[in-house]
Amino acid sequence: MAGGIISRGFHGRRRPPAEASRLPPGQYLTRDFPVLSAGPTPHPPLDRWDFVIKGEVAAPRRWTWQEFRALPSERITTDIHCVTRWSKLDTVWEGVALDTLLAGVGTAADYVVAFCDGGYTTNLPLADLTAGQAWVAFAYDGAPLAPEHGGPARLLVPHLYFWKSAKWVRGLELVSDDRPGFWESLGYHNHGDPWHEQRYWGD
Amino acid sequence: MAQPIGTSRLGRRTASPWWVAEVVATHPETPRATTLLLAVPGWPGHRAGQHVDVRLTADDGYQAVRSYSLASPPEDGERLALTVERLGDGEVSPYLTDEVRAGDRLELRGPIGGYFTWTAAAGGPLLLVGGGSGVVPLMAMLRHRAATGSDVPACLLYSARSDAEIIYRAELDRLATAANGPRVVYTLTRSQPTGWTGYRRRIDAAMLEEVSGLPAPGALAYVCGPTRLVENVASDLLSLGYAPARVKTERFGPTGS
Repeated sequence: MAGGIISRGFHGRRRPPAEASRLPPGQYLTRDFPVLSAGPTPHPPLDRWDFVIKGEVAAPRRWTWQEFRALPSERITTDIHCVTRWSKLDTVWEGVALDTLLAGVGTAADYVVAFCDGGYTTNLPLADLTAGQAWVAFAYDGAPLAPEHGGPARLLVPHLYFWKSAKWVRGLELVSDDRPGFWESLGYHNHGDPWHEQRYWGD
Repeated sequence: MAQPIGTSRLGRRTASPWWVAEVVATHPETPRATTLLLAVPGWPGHRAGQHVDVRLTADDGYQAVRSYSLASPPEDGERLALTVERLGDGEVSPYLTDEVRAGDRLELRGPIGGYFTWTAAAGGPLLLVGGGSGVVPLMAMLRHRAATGSDVPACLLYSARSDAEIIYRAELDRLATAANGPRVVYTLTRSQPTGWTGYRRRIDAAMLEEVSGLPAPGALAYVCGPTRLVENVASDLLSLGYAPARVKTERFGPTGS
């Protein structure tokens, strides 16, 4: 951020350099874990939960909850950044890497639409989901992911603003043409890189 | 239309999105909440329920930005109202509630948020459920409803800690007694004035059923407040029969420092 009218008498609260260097522009640090969602929290029964990969793929995939949980998983420690301007450092998750889920699917598509219980969608370039950058997370801080935080499972794409880490995710649709998701259709940036402060349309 | 302040002269593809707002007046609503009345020349308009980012700049260039809901309806044009709750450990809100005075200038970006919005044309019946300063965007909806002369049935269920913490009390009571006015129901969760006959507990399923009844066709609900209130109310509304896509939520409240 640059410029700005001086706010008479405003001093602000600066962060120690070690913390400040981990905060993208315009973010502030929180120790809480705020909840943000646009509607009621879904509570899908696990015996009917599945995760699918579909769309322009050579081999569509589907996992039941048991099959999904039997996949190799990883512990991820990462900073997260919400477009509403809070950031949280060193959050600890457990999840299945998208590289694992996408292995052998076979696609020429460049984009992904993640879809969720409750109807939420978000769009991402496939390149943002591979190479160890994204997971489907089922645990947070050593416990099953709470429903209000997206449990039983949510996308975790920590290098983008957190609305891209779709709660209650149920699958990915691979598509050739980029297709704006829920917030991306309602004024929020299509890509959402916090280090380039891509918050809203036009950023 | 006036341009947002910007740097288009420097050759950027888009002008900076920050608008200059002049503080016209400040108005204490409760011991913890203050309304800032702002003049924003060139404001492009908004819908009830949307919010803005407010940016403060210290004299060494340090900046802090926070989001606040608009309390004013679109019909007020370039006059905007923000109601800010003072968070004890906040970096920005104590400055806005305690320091800012008429004549100061703030920078705004927005309007932001295209989902938690209501227009009279969207119809209803409308159930608004607010906790604490979560009433602010709901007030913009009630003001919009009044300004447009809408006769969509509307009800506000408002949870506050005490009588003194009810924001917009006089205006809400006035709206409620006007012809075609909304029904306004308070619940006071921590302390009640002598002779209080209203609710005195956190909003629960039984209270929602008494206040709302079963949802009529077209029913729309907007819920705004602290996370626990929003989670519980949204879930209870589904149990009452509201369609999930007709329950819109927004969370408010402290997010740490």
